[in-house]
Amino acid sequence: MNPLSLARWQFAITTIFHFFFVPLTLGLSIFVAILETKYVRTGDEMYKKMAKFWGKIFLINFAIGVVSGIVQEFQFGLNWSEYSRFMGDIFGAPLAIEALLAFYMESTFIGLWIFGWDKLSKKMHLATIWLVAIGSNISALWILIANSFMQHPEGYAIDPETGRALMSNFGALVFNPNVLLQFPHVLTAGISLAGFVVMAFSAWHLLRKHDVTFFRSSFRMAAIYALIGSVLVATIGHFQGQFLVKHQPLKMAAAEALWKTEQPAPFSIFAIIDEENRTNRVNIEIPSILSFLSYNNFTGKVEGINDLVVQAESKYGPGDYIPPVALNYWSFRTMVGAGALMIVIALLGVLWSKDQKLDDKTWFLKATMFSAILPYLAATTGWILAETGRWPWIVFGLQKVEAAVSPNVPAWNVAFSLVLMAVIYTVFTVVAYKLAVKYGTGDVAIKTEEY
Amino acid sequence: MDLNTLWFILVTVLFVGFFFLEGFDYGVGILLPFLGKNDNERRAVINTIGPHWDGNEVWMITAGGAMFASFPQVYATLFSGFYLALVLMLVALIMRGVAFEYRSLRDDPVWRNRWDWAIFIGSLLPALLWGVAVGNLMRGFAIDANMNYWGGLIPLLNPYSILGGLVFVTLFTTHGANFLALKLEGDLAQRAKKFGFQAWIAATVLTVLFVIWTFFETDILTKSGVNGLVPALLAAVALLAAGWYAKKDNDLLAFVMGSLTVVFATIMVFMGLFPRILISSMDAAYSLNIHNAAASPYTLKAMTIVAVIFVPIVLIYQIWTYKVFSKRIKADPKTLIY
Ligand code: HDD
Ligand code: HEM
Ligand code: HEM
Repeated sequence: MNPLSLARWQFAITTIFHFFFVPLTLGLSIFVAILETKYVRTGDEMYKKMAKFWGKIFLINFAIGVVSGIVQEFQFGLNWSEYSRFMGDIFGAPLAIEALLAFYMESTFIGLWIFGWDKLSKKMHLATIWLVAIGSNISALWILIANSFMQHPEGYAIDPETGRALMSNFGALVFNPNVLLQFPHVLTAGISLAGFVVMAFSAWHLLRKHDVTFFRSSFRMAAIYALIGSVLVATIGHFQGQFLVKHQPLKMAAAEALWKTEQPAPFSIFAIIDEENRTNRVNIEIPSILSFLSYNNFTGKVEGINDLVVQAESKYGPGDYIPPVALNYWSFRTMVGAGALMIVIALLGVLWSKDQKLDDKTWFLKATMFSAILPYLAATTGWILAETGRWPWIVFGLQKVEAAVSPNVPAWNVAFSLVLMAVIYTVFTVVAYKLAVKYGTGDVAIKTEEY
Repeated sequence: MDLNTLWFILVTVLFVGFFFLEGFDYGVGILLPFLGKNDNERRAVINTIGPHWDGNEVWMITAGGAMFASFPQVYATLFSGFYLALVLMLVALIMRGVAFEYRSLRDDPVWRNRWDWAIFIGSLLPALLWGVAVGNLMRGFAIDANMNYWGGLIPLLNPYSILGGLVFVTLFTTHGANFLALKLEGDLAQRAKKFGFQAWIAATVLTVLFVIWTFFETDILTKSGVNGLVPALLAAVALLAAGWYAKKDNDLLAFVMGSLTVVFATIMVFMGLFPRILISSMDAAYSLNIHNAAASPYTLKAMTIVAVIFVPIVLIYQIWTYKVFSKRIKADPKTLIY
């Protein structure tokens, strides 16, 4: 393999790994903060136990989020030095601001939260977890501002001398229309994911009739949380789709495996895609729905890949402009399918947890345990769609992926670090998973004493 | 003062903060397996930095991010050039960070011992590698006309830079021991001091050698004339004073002096580099400096506003954290937080 594809694999692995832990941090930090708020407001010790119990899961997850983030910070220099040179004037700023505004905040106050139960007043201690939650989500905002520039560049000019991108409007960079959709989508993805994780562990305990009051209450709060998150993430996702049809039509066409322009356009639910011959061998479709999803009417024209490629070539010159169609198609379907299922499960969870109806629905509790995998699948495939659908661009319309890679790093160096990272990440994922299961299925009384 | 100079100073400040704070963190990590004889003692040692290590590490992340924002060419050249060294450091930091949080989650001596060694290696390796990196920064390395370094890892492991690495390790160990002497109680604190004094002797000898060698190998000490010598001399005085106060059992002043050594040494390096940031050993014209490597004036201005507002806020709450946890820690299971 050449250094470029190795670098791409490395980025994909380390970033997906990082984002395997990030959404739980985003959602669970807020959830724990809500629990501790209830404790401080009501003085009910059960909420303190809840904050500590779910806080432990949060911490196990947080640790890996932090260490994998450090790799992210330096990756752009390691493997993508040409990108860093081309984009540095714009891209470095949100990264530095993220560190200054968010990382300091979350890392400092998490220390106070862990070690400060007996050292701070109740209210002060409560403030620390809120600052962790706010810090984590501010960090998401700034990194997504950086990512949004890559998806939809705004607020820049090209330096006529060096050909590099220069920041021309900080406000336009920050209020990029892409980030106004992407940030809420990611935030609500985190909320739904955290809800499902708490529901899953609670279901495990309810099946065994452990600490029933504690876990009934946890389950119910988590179900409401998950429902809010899932409905919002789907709604915002719909607008993201419409945004894509306008601004990155090739990504959306690939996500639909729509080769030819159609009016009205059907929505495909199952396709066997033949990328070489640019056609689908099997395609089960529902008429007009894609037009509706794209424009909120049943007659709009949605352009297909074949036409879009011609347009791209006339605009940017000859080249390969087709994203990996099958990958995007199935990523999109996985995310949306998972999202739809999540709404149903969370809704049932909310309805049935109201009175004690949940306790005899063993099948549902079991299903909830396994459904925690859904938001993880959705979040991962969501990023795969967002990033690989941008092909061939690393910065949309400005720089291609092949021009971004470090020229001076030999393939074996990348291969070496790729293997090393993959091994250490795999080991730590297993360790984190085992610890989360150990604490998540542990006894409440003992576990909350163990702080 | 132009914005480029201001940002050079700001990056210096971030590195000063990083080496000062992570310096004692790394030192504590290096001493951990030797100092703590049983689980409670080791826990006490870890808890001296338990609430702080992550916040301290962010100084490194911010230094990296700030360099990316203000001198993107330096970020690109340095990290693609020092590729393998950086990858090793990242792996070490991953192990270390996870170890701090996971060590106590199982009550099993084998498990805990394994994480203690992860903390040791995860602290030793970054200290060593940063020293090697700084050695190479002072000496210069083969950057070509396109700002790329092609040489790989081997030329970076020259004897001069390795000595730089050993200076960092011993200095940080001393710094860590001074910190522990201040934060622990009783017998454990005494043992920390003993280790600290031995590390101090090693650090002093190695530093003298390194400074002499620096004089002949680089232009760092001579370049800015009298000015550059001031922080160098201050660092030397502080180092001697640190040993003196350690011997006199004045824990606070020993720590302060050790800290000043790290601070002045870092300032000396950056003063010696200025206005260059990365020195090319191929041709002085290929060096990256505060002008040819910098971001645009617009970006620098925007970032200056952000930094002026937020750096003081960060300082205030981080200092407050140290006040909250200012009490000495006893290796007593009844009061230890796991
Ligand atoms: C949408 C959210 C999101 C995304 C897309 C990313 N991150 Fe992240 N990152 C977080 C959300 C987050 C977080 C929630 O704030 C984390 C996860 C767990 C944690 O401790 O903070 C974090 C941690 C974290 C840290 C450690 C901070 C510390 O020590 O406290 C660094 C240096 C980065 N990230 C850097 C990056 C970079 C350079 C990314 C781009 C490739 C990136 N992250 C993608
Ligand atoms: C955490 C969430 C993210 C995930 C899961 C993710 C996922 C991916 C994946 C799967 C790839 C590989 C694409 C390919 O090989 O074709 C990729 C590439 C890339 N992404 Fe992301 N990404 C995330 C966030 C970001 C952010 C926030 C940025 C920038 C700020 C970013 C910048 C890049 C770059 C520079 C590449 C390399 C170019 C390429 O290989 O196409 N990513 N990402
Ligand atoms: C159910 C309906 C959903 C729809 C219609 C939808 C739509 C979309 C679209 C169109 C994108 C690509 C945006 C771009 O490339 O700019 C995207 C990305 C993404 N999705 Fe979804 N999504 C849905 C559900 C979910 C769920 C349930 C999750 C996770 C729990 C999720 C997580 C993500 C993530 C992490 C990204 C990448 C970040 C981004 O670009 O916003 N999505 N989604």
